[in-house]
Amino acid sequence: MLEQFTFVGFLFLVALFLGLFMFGVPWLLRLRPRKSSSYKSDPYECGLRPHGEAWVQFKAQYYIFALVFLVFDVEAVFLFPWALAYHHLAFYAVLEGVIFILLLTAALIYVWRKGALEWM
Amino acid sequence: MTQLVLFVIFGAITLAAAIAVVTARNLFHAVLWLLLAFFGVAGLYVLLEAPFFAAAQLFIYMGAIGVLIIYALMLTRGVMRQQVPLVNDQWALVAVLAVALLAVLSWLFLQHTWPTVDQAVGPDSLRTLGEALVDPGRYGFPFEVASVLLVMALIGAVTIVRER
Repeated sequence: MLEQFTFVGFLFLVALFLGLFMFGVPWLLRLRPRKSSSYKSDPYECGLRPHGEAWVQFKAQYYIFALVFLVFDVEAVFLFPWALAYHHLAFYAVLEGVIFILLLTAALIYVWRKGALEWM
Repeated sequence: MTQLVLFVIFGAITLAAAIAVVTARNLFHAVLWLLLAFFGVAGLYVLLEAPFFAAAQLFIYMGAIGVLIIYALMLTRGVMRQQVPLVNDQWALVAVLAVALLAVLSWLFLQHTWPTVDQAVGPDSLRTLGEALVDPGRYGFPFEVASVLLVMALIGAVTIVRER
C-alpha cells in the first residue's frame, strides 16, 4: 500500500522544493532594488498603484459560495464508493444514490432560485 | 521501519501545527496552521492504509472546511488583523478543565484494549464500503439522512444571508 504512495511523496517533495526554491533564490542572491522606494515595495497590481486596504470585510454572500462548495465536496466523497460499487449493486441500491443526488440538486435549485448565486 | 519514520514525521507535523494554531496571535495565521494540521492527519490516514479517508481529508478538511473558515474570518471586521491576546481572565479555570480532560482521555486510552485484525485491508475495501453505504440493513438510512443534513445546511445558510 505504502509503495503506491511513493509517487505522492515524490510529488510532495517536488512541491516543497519549488516553494523553498522561489523564496530561497532571491534570498541567497540578495535580490533587491538598489534604491528602495514605496513604489517598488508595492504589491504588483497590473501596473496600477493599489489603493485601500486588502484586509476588508467581505460580504456574507461569499459564505454561500464556500458552503455550496463544501456541500458538493461532501457529496462527491459520499458518491465515490457508491460509484465504485455500481456494477455490484441491486437496482434499489442504485436508486438510493439517485435519490441522494436528487435531494442535493433540489437544494441547489432552491439556492439558485433564491438568487444566492448571483454575483454582487 | 519506513512506516515508523513516516509516522513520526506526520505525527510531528500534526502536533506542531496544532500547537501553532493555539499559540498564533494572528487568527488568519492560526487558520493556515490548522490546514497544515489537517494535512498531517491525512498523512496518518495513508499510514493506516485508508487512502480514501486520506483523500477525503484533503478534499473536505483542507479544501472545503479550510475555505469556509477563511471566508468566515473575512466576514468579521478587522478581527484577523489584530494581534489578539491568547488568554483571558478565565485561563486558570480552563487550564484545570483541560488537564482533567487530558487525564480522563489518557485513562480511557490506557484502559481500552485495542482490537486488531489479522488480515490486511483488501484491495476492494472501497467497493465494500460503497455497497454498505446503500445497503438498507446497514448504512442506507444514515446515507440518505446525510443528504437531508446537507440540504438543511444550504437552506439555513441562504436564510441567514438573505435576512441581512
